[in-house]
Amino acid sequence: MSNQSFDINAKLGKSWKKPPLVQQKWLRWTLLTGFLVYLVLAYWSIDVNWARVYVGLERGQKFILAFTDPDFTSRSADIWEGITESIVMTVASSVVGIAISIPIALGAARNVAPLPVYLVCRGIIAISRALQEIIVAILLVAIFGFGPLAGFLTLSFATIGFLAKLLAEDIESMDRVQAEAIKASGARWAQWINYGVQPQVMPRLIGLSVYRLDINFRESAILGLVGAGGIGATLNTAFDRYEYGTAAAILLIIIVLVMALEYLSGAVRARVQ
Amino acid sequence: MMPTQDLAGSKIWQRRSGRESLFHWILWLLGIAIFAYCWQQISAATTWFFVWDAPRIADDIWTRATPPKWEYITQLGKPIWDTFNIATLGTIFALILAVPVAFLAARNTTPSRLFIRPVALLIIVSTRSINSLIWALLLIAIIGPGVFSGVVAIAIRSIGFCAKLLYEAIEEIDATQVEAISATGASRWQVMAYGIVPQVLPAFAGIAVFRWDINIRESTVLGLVGAGGIGLQLSSSLNVLAWPQVSLILLVILVAVVISEWVSAKVRGAII
Repeated sequence: MSNQSFDINAKLGKSWKKPPLVQQKWLRWTLLTGFLVYLVLAYWSIDVNWARVYVGLERGQKFILAFTDPDFTSRSADIWEGITESIVMTVASSVVGIAISIPIALGAARNVAPLPVYLVCRGIIAISRALQEIIVAILLVAIFGFGPLAGFLTLSFATIGFLAKLLAEDIESMDRVQAEAIKASGARWAQWINYGVQPQVMPRLIGLSVYRLDINFRESAILGLVGAGGIGATLNTAFDRYEYGTAAAILLIIIVLVMALEYLSGAVRARVQ
Repeated sequence: MMPTQDLAGSKIWQRRSGRESLFHWILWLLGIAIFAYCWQQISAATTWFFVWDAPRIADDIWTRATPPKWEYITQLGKPIWDTFNIATLGTIFALILAVPVAFLAARNTTPSRLFIRPVALLIIVSTRSINSLIWALLLIAIIGPGVFSGVVAIAIRSIGFCAKLLYEAIEEIDATQVEAISATGASRWQVMAYGIVPQVLPAFAGIAVFRWDINIRESTVLGLVGAGGIGLQLSSSLNVLAWPQVSLILLVILVAVVISEWVSAKVRGAII
């Protein structure tokens, strides 16, 4: 036993007890009381209107029942339009986002790019990651007007931060020896990237791209809430009209598509990695 | 054998054989065709006049939004507290619900692989694939607008995420420790408490903090659909085009996100 203050006589005759998670007694109690005080304060400030919740439960039951009988037909034109718009936005933004993030990833890898380029590219990544999709979408809708273009730009911008960061990390952890061998054969910079770096990071790039496609579709489902195109607008309208059948149908379509995409991306990633 | 090209008697190395490069070309062509079609669809649904006007509008918004209305921050205290509560309470509820789901979904702890595991996996997939904003929308229709809807939305959305990561951690535990506990004659629950739980506790803490960080991010925008928090202020400021307030709120959100990410990184660094 590595425990220095282990006194066998003090332990004899007593049954074993699980050691506590936090060793110091005062810290354990402070954390616990602090947590309880916080819970009470939070509950007080939330101020739940239980009567309203009770009334709503009936509606909730209706909505859950709607899942057993989803209504695909009465708004089928709207649903179809929204879903295709979501898919179109997803595909286009993934392509553009990936195309832009590859040079940025190269710039953000310290073993490929010089320091000034590195700092600029890391800055772009940090900005893209700090801003949430929905906030970017609000600003872009204000600037470019309603429609899928704003959604497309939002998703492309978000893709850059995600993909460039993870790809840059992969480039930074690549095998130097292979890249050096290509350089030693007298390759130009572009050839070096093409034959020394690219084959090493390609499996990861493909895996990340498919994964991002999956994320972009999920996000495209909510961009419609702020007018940036896609299925979200249709869904919002369905909720506003209390058309639970239609809302359930849309949610089921989203769940099925997300599951299909997740399965596809899992299969592709398993194959290339 | 390496693919080569015969050029005037001397063989030159190629990266791909003829069939491979044909296949690659077809793949690229297909990809470009799909992209062109998608772009055409987007372009058809866009009013290009507004897009050409965009630089002027962006400049206009920028001049209106700067400088931020700093004194407005006094009114943001309560919304920030609400946002923090939505994220924290949502995470706590989600964890309480996610733990049983994770134990039912993990192959080595589920009571029945044939019946219970698929149900648990269905819960995980369906809560995960729907965004918290959509959950909020739904809950507002059911239990009315307010902070409580936000808490429940965040909680439901997080169940799938936490349960998925947790059940993967449970499946990766060391089976010998579990066996050692059961060899002492421990009951099913004792095996759980002394053999499995201590092994997944660090992963559990890591997941909790990670999800809390994501939830802070998500709860800042839940107000856009009426589920409380600072998003509510953002949406009302946007509706009256009070751009100096909007820019201040966006700054506050940015700071909150950066702080929560920092806290989560520190805590996870301390645990793992």
